[in-house]
Amino acid sequence: MASINLHVNGKQLNADVDPATPLLWVLRDSLGLVGTKFGCGMALCGACTVLADGNPIRACSTPVGGLAGQKITTIEGLAPSAKELHPLQQAWIEHDVPQCGYCQAGQIMSAAALLAKTPKPTDADIDAAMAGNLCRCGTYQRIRAAIHTAAGKLAGSKA
Amino acid sequence: MNAVLDPAVLADDELRSLLRSVEAGSPGAAAFRAVKLDRRGFLKLTGLAGGGLVLAFSMNREAGATEAGAEFSPNAFLRISPKGVITIYNKGPEIGQGIKTAFPLIIAEELDAKWSDVQVLQAPVNPKVYGRQSAGGSRSIPDSWDQLRRAGAVARHMLVAAAAASWKVPADTLTTRDSAVWNGNKSLGYGALARKAAALPVPDAETVKLKERSEYRLLGKSYTGVDNRQVVTGAPLFGIDQQLPGMKIAIYQRCPATGGKVRGANLDEIKALPGVRDAFIVEGNGKTTEIMPGVAIVADTTWAALEAQKKLRVDWDESNASRDSWSELVKRAAEAGKLPAGDKVVANVGAVDEALKGAAKTVSAYYTYPFVSHAPLEPQNCTAWSHDGIVEFWSPTQTADRALETAAGALGIAVDKVKINQTRVGGGFGRRLMNDYMCEAGAIAQRFNGPVKLIWTREQDLAHDFFRAGGFHSLTGGVDAQGKLIAWRNHFVTFTHDGKVPSSGADWAANQFPGLSVPNYQLTNTLLPIKTPTGPWRAPRSCSVAWVIQGFLHELSVAAGRDHRDFLLELMGEPRLLEGGLHTGRAADVIKVACEKAGWGKKLPAGHGLGLAFHFSHSGHFAEVAEVSVDKDKRIRLHRMVVVGDIGPIVNMSGAANQCEGGVVDGFSTMLGLEITMENGRIEQSNFHQYPLLRMANHPKVEVHFIQSEHPPTGVGEPALPPVAPAITNAIYAACGHRVRTLPLTKEGFSV
Repeated sequence: MASINLHVNGKQLNADVDPATPLLWVLRDSLGLVGTKFGCGMALCGACTVLADGNPIRACSTPVGGLAGQKITTIEGLAPSAKELHPLQQAWIEHDVPQCGYCQAGQIMSAAALLAKTPKPTDADIDAAMAGNLCRCGTYQRIRAAIHTAAGKLAGSKA
Repeated sequence: MNAVLDPAVLADDELRSLLRSVEAGSPGAAAFRAVKLDRRGFLKLTGLAGGGLVLAFSMNREAGATEAGAEFSPNAFLRISPKGVITIYNKGPEIGQGIKTAFPLIIAEELDAKWSDVQVLQAPVNPKVYGRQSAGGSRSIPDSWDQLRRAGAVARHMLVAAAAASWKVPADTLTTRDSAVWNGNKSLGYGALARKAAALPVPDAETVKLKERSEYRLLGKSYTGVDNRQVVTGAPLFGIDQQLPGMKIAIYQRCPATGGKVRGANLDEIKALPGVRDAFIVEGNGKTTEIMPGVAIVADTTWAALEAQKKLRVDWDESNASRDSWSELVKRAAEAGKLPAGDKVVANVGAVDEALKGAAKTVSAYYTYPFVSHAPLEPQNCTAWSHDGIVEFWSPTQTADRALETAAGALGIAVDKVKINQTRVGGGFGRRLMNDYMCEAGAIAQRFNGPVKLIWTREQDLAHDFFRAGGFHSLTGGVDAQGKLIAWRNHFVTFTHDGKVPSSGADWAANQFPGLSVPNYQLTNTLLPIKTPTGPWRAPRSCSVAWVIQGFLHELSVAAGRDHRDFLLELMGEPRLLEGGLHTGRAADVIKVACEKAGWGKKLPAGHGLGLAFHFSHSGHFAEVAEVSVDKDKRIRLHRMVVVGDIGPIVNMSGAANQCEGGVVDGFSTMLGLEITMENGRIEQSNFHQYPLLRMANHPKVEVHFIQSEHPPTGVGEPALPPVAPAITNAIYAACGHRVRTLPLTKEGFSV
């Protein structure tokens, strides 16, 4: 066991865990941030996607010991404020994307990483960026539409 | 000792009974309908903080019982606060089918509420009060439609009565809309009327007037899911998200071959590991649907439990365990399938052998499809806590009502000592009709002082499923000189657990289309014994046999030199209702509209083809047309799928379309590359690298159209799925001339 300092959603947090523990279980069990989901444990489904310094990572397969100094963003920390949602979250609601909803936090985090680097993604960009996220309910068509909508809003807000 | 009954056989028997009851509406729903609302009816007024109107139906089981002496079960669906907040309770499990939005919409429609005034809460689990509290068989809407409408209508009636008393005008001069009662231009909001309405007598729900469909303001439009904001912000909605003070995490190791028992395990070593609180053997009752023998590890954190699981060594007694071998079963089925008929006769109409001899053309084919897994993205899990003489659960179950009795039976406690909290469910697909994970969590909780959350790993979830059974069909069909289908013979080689009847989800009913539409029709079975559990998978039976039926019908239409659409329409014949619920007129309508929307008969680019399929299941009539292209390397692209369904009036257009879009992706994903195999009783696929669900780049464009007929509304979680696979394989044939007879498609060399 070791005391690990983590920068999560803009806060410095401390967890007393084995450094080999995957970030997923530190988030869920130690920090109570359960929006990041467990789906496979092998970085195959993307349900656990979070951002580390803006890059999408699979928290189920990332030992927490290697994340010192990196800024972690989870689905709970994506919205700019308690009142204002991220454009992706808003678009997800507008398009009524979720069915069961279990994968959607991971989908949104992958999409957030995409839009941060590629504000106007093509369908091919979306295919590539979202390839690591499974949706068992099959909401891909709506996810794609919601990403385009959010991209349009982001472009509009910057114009 | 009683006659030895193999628990695995008992479990399959129960699964078949479960499937029958889910499809017929659950016993809970039947009980609800049987119970007459108390004739005088009354509103139970409770002193909730803030006051207001609480509508609760009283159901009096004993006719003539006095109010004072009888036990009443209040049935609370809605609550209106003086401030005008309308709280509606959703009684059913939300498994991704959108019921937490659809059910309250039905109540709100009859209430004439403004949707933005409504907040939705999950109801407690109490089937005595709520009736059916299960999600399965696409039965939620048809089973609850009247009950929910009446719940809303009773409230509206009372609010109108309260307004009429306030204004001293006759109630029938008043109207309602937007959470208010209107008298010309004057209005009184429901909040303002709540206290007054609460003092009024409750009308008989059976006689209260319901709205005409033409008066609907809410139903049929698109609504975003009521939990969507919480979903996209990561709120703790799901079973696996539950957290209780002092809660520990449990992992439960079962034998990789179904039916294995624990001889012993390195428990002392496990108990000494960091973070491990306890480790013990659970004998179980040997029922796959309840508690299979295994070893429980209880730890402080999930990671500690998972690390301990890696070091766990169990000595399994596999003397009575499954030795199922898929490769052997495939060989045995092929051997059996050489015969034109099996020894179990399901249907025998006319004289099929003679008709085939006299046919102008015959076609013979052998169709096979594999076992598949439900693989919901949220692995099985359940939180359980044995406290104060009860066992309390936080469970992502599809059958909350049944789970009360199942858990009580498995744990050896009274039903009233079981409390279930319904959580959101991270995917059902039929997997969570069974409550095995819940019984396990309960059994572990009974041995542990404090709340315990049981989590299955993905590997366990794939290994210990109730799989969609594979199947083998040896078919011969014949058409006459006019190209009309006159004979159909199917020797269906399938599986059995008891040696007598097909396993759960592995049968095909005599009245299944086209059984009642072909003059000479024979369906027989050969049953191969297995121990691997099978069960209901999204659109049970239909999810596999629709491909065989609609693929082989297409083969026959090609042999007859007929257009597939015309061939199907001719088979439907005059509009009429067939035994089993298929209405040939509704079928013909969806087939015609699907072809029209898809541009049936249009000129397509080289390498492209259109494929049509129809299937009736779960009261839904669906026709679909796929546009597929195939290149020289057998790489396929599903460009577009047109879905046309008739499920009567639509409650939430967005939700209904989403179910169809997802059904197409699920159907395509499954038929393309998913297969569960087993050797020596062990499932060979362990995680998503070996069970490759479809990903973003390969989803088709799905277009959904509904024919909103005047028939009562029915469910949409399942019936859009069965036509997907045959529409695609028929399109592959149209595109490249290759007839697919083995699934998944990867077996025949196709890829995306």
